[in-house]
Amino acid sequence: MKILLSYSFSSLASKISTWLSNVISNEMLLIITKMLILGISLLAFLVVLCFFLGYMERKVAAFMEIRIGPNRVGPKGSLQIVADTVKLLFKEGLTPDASDKFLFNLAPFIVVITSMLVVAPIAYAKDFQLWDISIGVLYVSSISSMGVIGILMAGWSSSNKYSLIGAMRSGAQIVSYELSIGLSLISIVILSGSMSLSEIVQSQANGWWIFKGHIPVIISFVIFIVASTAEINRAPFDLTEAEQELTGGFHTEYSGMKFAMFLLSEYINLFVVSAIAATIFLGGWMPFHIGSLNGFNHLMDYIPSSIWFFAKTFLIIFIIMWFRWTFPRLRIDQLLNLEWKYLLPISMVNILLVTIMTIMGWHF
Amino acid sequence: MLLEQNHITKEGEFVINMGPQHPATHGVLHLKVWLDGETIKKVEPHLGYIHRSIEKMCERLSYRQFIFTTSRMDYLSAHINNQACALVVEKALQLEVPPRAKAIRIIMAELTRLASHQLWWACMGLDLGAVTPFFYAFREREAINEIWEETCGARLTQNYIVPGGVMMDTHPNFRKRVKDVMKQIKDKAHEYEELLTGNVIFQERLKGVGYLSREDAISYGCTGPTARASGINSDIRKLFPYDGYEQIKFDEVLNSGGDCWARYLVRIEEMKQSVSIIEQLIDIIPEGDFQVKTKNVIKLPKGDFYQRVETARGELGVYIVSDGAASPYRCKFRSPNLSNLSAIPKIAEGAKIGDLVAIMATVDLVIPDIDR
Repeated sequence: MKILLSYSFSSLASKISTWLSNVISNEMLLIITKMLILGISLLAFLVVLCFFLGYMERKVAAFMEIRIGPNRVGPKGSLQIVADTVKLLFKEGLTPDASDKFLFNLAPFIVVITSMLVVAPIAYAKDFQLWDISIGVLYVSSISSMGVIGILMAGWSSSNKYSLIGAMRSGAQIVSYELSIGLSLISIVILSGSMSLSEIVQSQANGWWIFKGHIPVIISFVIFIVASTAEINRAPFDLTEAEQELTGGFHTEYSGMKFAMFLLSEYINLFVVSAIAATIFLGGWMPFHIGSLNGFNHLMDYIPSSIWFFAKTFLIIFIIMWFRWTFPRLRIDQLLNLEWKYLLPISMVNILLVTIMTIMGWHF
Repeated sequence: MLLEQNHITKEGEFVINMGPQHPATHGVLHLKVWLDGETIKKVEPHLGYIHRSIEKMCERLSYRQFIFTTSRMDYLSAHINNQACALVVEKALQLEVPPRAKAIRIIMAELTRLASHQLWWACMGLDLGAVTPFFYAFREREAINEIWEETCGARLTQNYIVPGGVMMDTHPNFRKRVKDVMKQIKDKAHEYEELLTGNVIFQERLKGVGYLSREDAISYGCTGPTARASGINSDIRKLFPYDGYEQIKFDEVLNSGGDCWARYLVRIEEMKQSVSIIEQLIDIIPEGDFQVKTKNVIKLPKGDFYQRVETARGELGVYIVSDGAASPYRCKFRSPNLSNLSAIPKIAEGAKIGDLVAIMATVDLVIPDIDR
């Protein structure tokens, strides 16, 4: 019990760091070793996370669709995703003859790399953050919009008309929904007065922004969830893939591990937007506190901060999965109408409200 | 020259082939689509990928056998196809079918309509990107399939209806099972409403899309729910009653909307009507023979005979020319899907790619019926 309470990522990390500096004397070598360890553990974390998300998605889908879901490979079907990955590994990664081979093979990597880069500034637990960059919010929104380049590249280089239509849809969609995401993030930047994710989390020590910020923050939270669902191309905004219309959209021609890369990046993106939403609106790793109920607050403090963070993240992931398995897909003009006629004007007015609220000090 | 042939008039237009292998065409329908960006300029259906020459085969088969090839036409209305063929033989022989057989036939036909519409509803959601409704519709469809499995021995191509009645009597559990299924369908109707009918995105996708005017529907020869959604009285069960439909109380579902949403509502309402028809009959199935005795080798008198029935998709007509032999001299089916398909190029013009999928879903095509 005592070990569990004193458990924290930061103490573990500092222990490893001291041990390494004792063993390796060369400064340069030390930094490289640390970077390598960090990179490999991050990669391993992301892959395991994606396995889990894939399993979770199947089970959530099964739950919504009155069926059981995977239940053969491993306990309760938990190794199904591993089996699927192995299958994809052994499949031939076809490159179509007519395709632009360089871009075709490059595209999946760009998509995966951009989604992995966004993971860097997320605060997973108290004092545990890979890169506490001072412009965290700006970094996240700018890097995440780079993923569209990979998708456009994939669609164009496949030399398949379905892929091209999918890629063009994706371009229109991601570029427009980017605006709403940015504006809803800015509302919290205005409130907390900082762009650094760690400081935004700190500013929620006395209450999460979704509770402190009245209705405007709730509006920007909803807009963020809707727009980020569109940003990561998940149903009901999965027009880029749109199986029934475009037979697979931009990744129609991909197979084997190249296809798996797109899948991987989709799940990483899903995790990233949920983590950002949890950090910005739901207090990140901050425990849930109610005013002056000290007994309750202490009890909440006993729950490790990482558990708080992942619980909030997975709640939002569940909501986004819930969308996917209950809603039909929008049409392309409806999709753009939703953004340009509803979400964008609302978020602009909302930003005005948030600014007035901040200046007058009306928030808690 | 090539550009002219393909009707590409300006830069930026291109042609895509939807099908023969495409997730939204439900089979091997091939639509050649001229696009300007996302907007459809022209659609051209190409047929013949699943032609099995059923009509020609019928000329070699006896009147007992030829019924069963028709199960493979519109496989979702197998019972009703069989019924049409049995009816045309009975008409030629002037056979009076026992009342029990008539009642069983109607119940089976309405169960078919229910199952077919449920499959349509399932695929409707799937085509518009909602996967979940599929499983809800298949739950009820499975229950209907089990009834068929018990009574007919088959689940899809039942081959249960023969000239002069039905092949065998119903299973002892039949009445209870059918009642259970009807109760289940009525109890679960609200789930259908919540999942698709009430969904705003779903309504937005269908309303005002794929408008088929009354005049167009008539001139393209559309029948069934597709025509009734354009406000045309085309229910053969009402217009030319057969097998005792004239004694049953039910409404012909009409809607003057003409768009995909109207076609959706018509089919949903038709399911309720089918349930009501089955409920009227299930408790008063007359006792007696289930089949009238016919000769081993049926020979029709000389002449031509025509019978139409209302399948789940529209009017199926069976036309037989007999020269007095044991098999038809010429056999022709007027299939509902071919006429309904012919309206698609007209109504899909100017729509988006997503709309084309919605139009195909609401017209509810079964491809093997188009090609035969």
